Amino acid sequence: MSKNTVSLPSKELASGSSLWQDAWIKLRKNHLALFGLGVLIVLIISSLLTPWIAPYSYEAQNLDLGATAPSVSHWLGTDIFGRDMLTRIMYGGRVSLMVGFIATAVALIIGILWGAVAGFFGGKIDAIMMRIVDILYALPFMIFIVLLMVVFGRNILLLFLAIGAVEWLTMARIVRGQVMALRNQEFVEAANSLGLSQWTIIRRHIIPNTLGPVIVYTTLTIPSVMLLEAFLSFLGLGIQPPESSWGLLINYGVETMEEYPWLLIFPGIALSLTLFALNFLGDGLRDALDPRTSKD
Amino acid sequence: MAILEVNGLKVYFHTRNGVVKAVDNVSFSVDSGETLAIVGESGSGKSVTCYSLLDLLPKPPAKIEGGSALFNGDSLLNCSKEEMRKHRCDDIAIIFQDPMTSLNPYLTVGEQLMEPLVHHPDPARRQSRAIAKEKAIKLLDEVGIINPSLRFDSYPHEFSGGMRQRVMIAMALITEPKLLICDEPTTALDVTIQAQILRLIKQLQKTRNVAVIFISHDLGVVAGIADKVVVMCNGTIRETGDTDGIFYNTSDDYTKKLLAAIPEGAKVLPNRSHADSSLVKVDNLKTYFKNQRSTGEQDRYVKAVDGISLNIARGEILGLVGESGSGKSTLGRAILQLAPTTSGSVTFQDQQLTGLSAQQLFPWRRKMQMIFQDPYASLNPRMTVFETLSEPLLYHGLANKKTVTQQVLQLMDDVGLSQAQMRKYPHEFSGGQRQRIAIGRAVATKPEFIIADEPVSALDVTIQAQILDLILALVERHDLTMMFISHDLSVVRYISDRVVIMNQGVLVEQGSTEAVWSNPEQDYTKKLLSAIPVADPRSERSRNALLD
Amino acid sequence: MIRFALSRLLQAIPVLLVVITATFFLVHSAPGGPFSADKAVPPEVIKALEAQYKLDQPVWQQYIGYLGDVVRGDFGPSFKYSGRTVNELIAAGLPATAELAFYAMLIAVGIGVLAGVTASLKPNTAQDYIPMSAAMIGICMPSFLLGPLLVLVFGIYLDWLPISGWGDIPGDKILPSITLGTGYAAYIARLSRGGMLEVLSQDYIRTARAKGLSETLVITKHALRGGLIPVVAFLGPAFAGLLGGSFVVETIFQIPGLGRFYVQAAFNRDYTLILGMTVFFSTLIIVFNLLSDMLAIWLNPKLRHEIGGNK
Repeated sequence: MSKNTVSLPSKELASGSSLWQDAWIKLRKNHLALFGLGVLIVLIISSLLTPWIAPYSYEAQNLDLGATAPSVSHWLGTDIFGRDMLTRIMYGGRVSLMVGFIATAVALIIGILWGAVAGFFGGKIDAIMMRIVDILYALPFMIFIVLLMVVFGRNILLLFLAIGAVEWLTMARIVRGQVMALRNQEFVEAANSLGLSQWTIIRRHIIPNTLGPVIVYTTLTIPSVMLLEAFLSFLGLGIQPPESSWGLLINYGVETMEEYPWLLIFPGIALSLTLFALNFLGDGLRDALDPRTSKD
Repeated sequence: MAILEVNGLKVYFHTRNGVVKAVDNVSFSVDSGETLAIVGESGSGKSVTCYSLLDLLPKPPAKIEGGSALFNGDSLLNCSKEEMRKHRCDDIAIIFQDPMTSLNPYLTVGEQLMEPLVHHPDPARRQSRAIAKEKAIKLLDEVGIINPSLRFDSYPHEFSGGMRQRVMIAMALITEPKLLICDEPTTALDVTIQAQILRLIKQLQKTRNVAVIFISHDLGVVAGIADKVVVMCNGTIRETGDTDGIFYNTSDDYTKKLLAAIPEGAKVLPNRSHADSSLVKVDNLKTYFKNQRSTGEQDRYVKAVDGISLNIARGEILGLVGESGSGKSTLGRAILQLAPTTSGSVTFQDQQLTGLSAQQLFPWRRKMQMIFQDPYASLNPRMTVFETLSEPLLYHGLANKKTVTQQVLQLMDDVGLSQAQMRKYPHEFSGGQRQRIAIGRAVATKPEFIIADEPVSALDVTIQAQILDLILALVERHDLTMMFISHDLSVVRYISDRVVIMNQGVLVEQGSTEAVWSNPEQDYTKKLLSAIPVADPRSERSRNALLD
Repeated sequence: MIRFALSRLLQAIPVLLVVITATFFLVHSAPGGPFSADKAVPPEVIKALEAQYKLDQPVWQQYIGYLGDVVRGDFGPSFKYSGRTVNELIAAGLPATAELAFYAMLIAVGIGVLAGVTASLKPNTAQDYIPMSAAMIGICMPSFLLGPLLVLVFGIYLDWLPISGWGDIPGDKILPSITLGTGYAAYIARLSRGGMLEVLSQDYIRTARAKGLSETLVITKHALRGGLIPVVAFLGPAFAGLLGGSFVVETIFQIPGLGRFYVQAAFNRDYTLILGMTVFFSTLIIVFNLLSDMLAIWLNPKLRHEIGGNK
């Protein structure tokens, strides 16, 4: 037994490397994931600053010009009303991204709460809650969404809710699975034996250990949601003019794709690239947060 | 005539963090009919050595850097893929530690048995399914599977652990190999089953005259089964010799350390129990769980704890012994109110605990704590050592923000951790160090009663000894009462004043440790005690002779 | 196993009920009816039509009446296509959609599994990166983008393949099937790669090799069985997705199938057609999910015994 009971000055303490720090180190080595992160950051900044940095005004039509191929004054060409495509794509991106984030946020909140409650309390509560999830899972959602959009008109708020309502199910399942696995871990038992309150255990022991899969899944939900929005807009059921999203732009592009292929190709690249980037980022996060892969 | 000769074997792993010398200049030989034991702790390289003989290592990180391995004169390290297949099929067989994961769950046992015969690399030696089936059934019978022709069509999950291992042995021997490598085959099995499997292997070796390489960390097992022993540490061989020489006349420091670390004999420290003052009283405790897969009234409940009554006196260390499925862990948790009680009661210091609400239970929580088995799962991976150790102190008001750091540092001292590590995370420590952290957390609130649930079972033998000593020292210093749960009888004997034997939810026998050891009354206890391997070759030999 | 199937089918009934009810009331609460868009029709005629189609009854009464009809298998007449019943329309559109879904599924599973398994055999090499990058592209390029691009390249520029119709010109089934199936092929490729990698790291694969079996046998007999389970589990959701995806593909390629009808029916407020097709799709999805779940259980001996009951 040492007689040293004086606390050490903190600079003598070895600093630990938390699992988050380890994950960041692993992520940095994954070039594709970093590329994805970079694209995401560029996209977010561009979307936020669009009203100030777009080369042309959103509505500016130039009917004399009509549709033109890419040129120096219009980097991505113009559409049949003479509107600058780069501007259109930037504004479209704003909308698509916004739908992506908000709908994902909706799905996240509902899903996490639902899954955490079901997973933590277990028993009958869990049985009932997951039964509901199972039933909803079995419903043909594509069909319902189409119906909803047609029936209730093209309300952008409803669009978010409808999309969020589809995605929360899987999030709930993932969170519930994690929480259940954690509940049986010995360190949670230890917390119980210390007499910690349920809320303290959830806050300090369960939630921090659930964040990993939640983050990964959230990053993968955003592109899924954006795809769904584009799909609906393409069918004419999503974002309505004068707003535009990438899905809508692709729709217009398809109509005139024989004569003006760039009207289809550029929005298409924008959408695909974004989905690409987010998926790689999500994959990279999944690998980085997996405790089995070493950081070395 | 040595059937296998290994000379100067070097296997290195090329990781991004540098080169790991898993096997470094290892040489040994085995003769037909002989059993060579390779002994070492985890990370010693014993498994890697044998896997490299059969080219079973993942080749990108692993590379055979040098040395030779000759099987009957043929080189194993420099042969073609075709030749290696023949060696794997005809000459050398291997059985692994965990039979549940080593058998394909999607194929019947019979199908897996027949494969080496039906798909033999040499087309001339392939056999028809009918003949292969006959041979397989005969072999299942030989290894002791009852109803072999029926069991031929069963799947692995329909067998118990011991039975699965028998199936693996049959599968290994079906092509009549000349060398059998056993990689810790009994480590995952209960002690009584372990004894059976070891006997089976010895018997098969005699009838078939095969050479056996037996890898193990358990010196007791090795004492009973080996003719020659090789001791490995960190990839190198520390000592080679015949069994008696290693156990009785070793000159190597590491071997001495290994032998000394095995808990042996009776408890040395004095019994400090106050026999008339009962701290914990358990009265007809029952904990039943609903059986999800019940088919009728008979098995509607899993009776984990089925009517247990016992008394733990203040100051005593009570050992709770049982095999897997006996319910010992559930009992420990039920006493601590961490598992539900179906009926019966638990009393602590004259206060009945069963039936109290969480709030009422709170002031009692700090007086009773638990040390868990798995040092990797019992610490929150996202909390530093400081956070883990300060949590109980702060939550129970035993320290405030100003005083807690000092107390945590003192705690770390008490459990033998370097104070500078306070801000590190669990995954940055070794298994033994993590267990120290867990022990620190358990004693932080200065409890009176601690339940230790298999606290050293997941640790290497040399670390086990250190942790056991730490536990004993803490019990002494803080005047603790302890219930020590384990399946390892030698450890229990070393540490407990009294012992209680549990089987399938009920108490089979109880009494003072030495009394139970020298005079077991119940059959189950006798079976259990006779199955324990002792690290003493002479006594093992005489015991085996008695059984044959 | 029979008991399992029956219990699942029984559980499906309340689900279908929810579907019918929700759809019914959703559709009926939409502004405008099936006939209000035709401005050229005088109001008295509209009233007569509404009476004929029972639209003047209170909604509850219509609902009960509809349920009764459905139980008898009668989805009623189409509101928009006068003279034709919903059953007829479904029967007319079903063959094209069914064939399209079938070919797309074939492409998805065939190419997906091939790519994924091949990639898993040599992870982190070119054999892995190339198929998996292609898969990533497939996932990120939605069908409504891929379709038009394929049409542009193969139909218009190169003029190799026809770009509309189904069964009229030889080869007109190729582009639509590829468009619909590619996204799922990509996803299945990732699933099978993941599943195979997981299985290949298991102990029993090491045992199989240690017995002296050839690598081909180890992969085909030992690894595939467990490795493809994620794919089997995905078949149910994949089928549901294919049905949904057919909306877009049939629109792009002018295929006279159920998907195209559905979107148009939604726009036309053709109540009975919407309802009928929704119930029909839902039933298909439920049955397919059940089949794929049963397949997954049957492939796993432990589950087979637990749920199947008998040995």
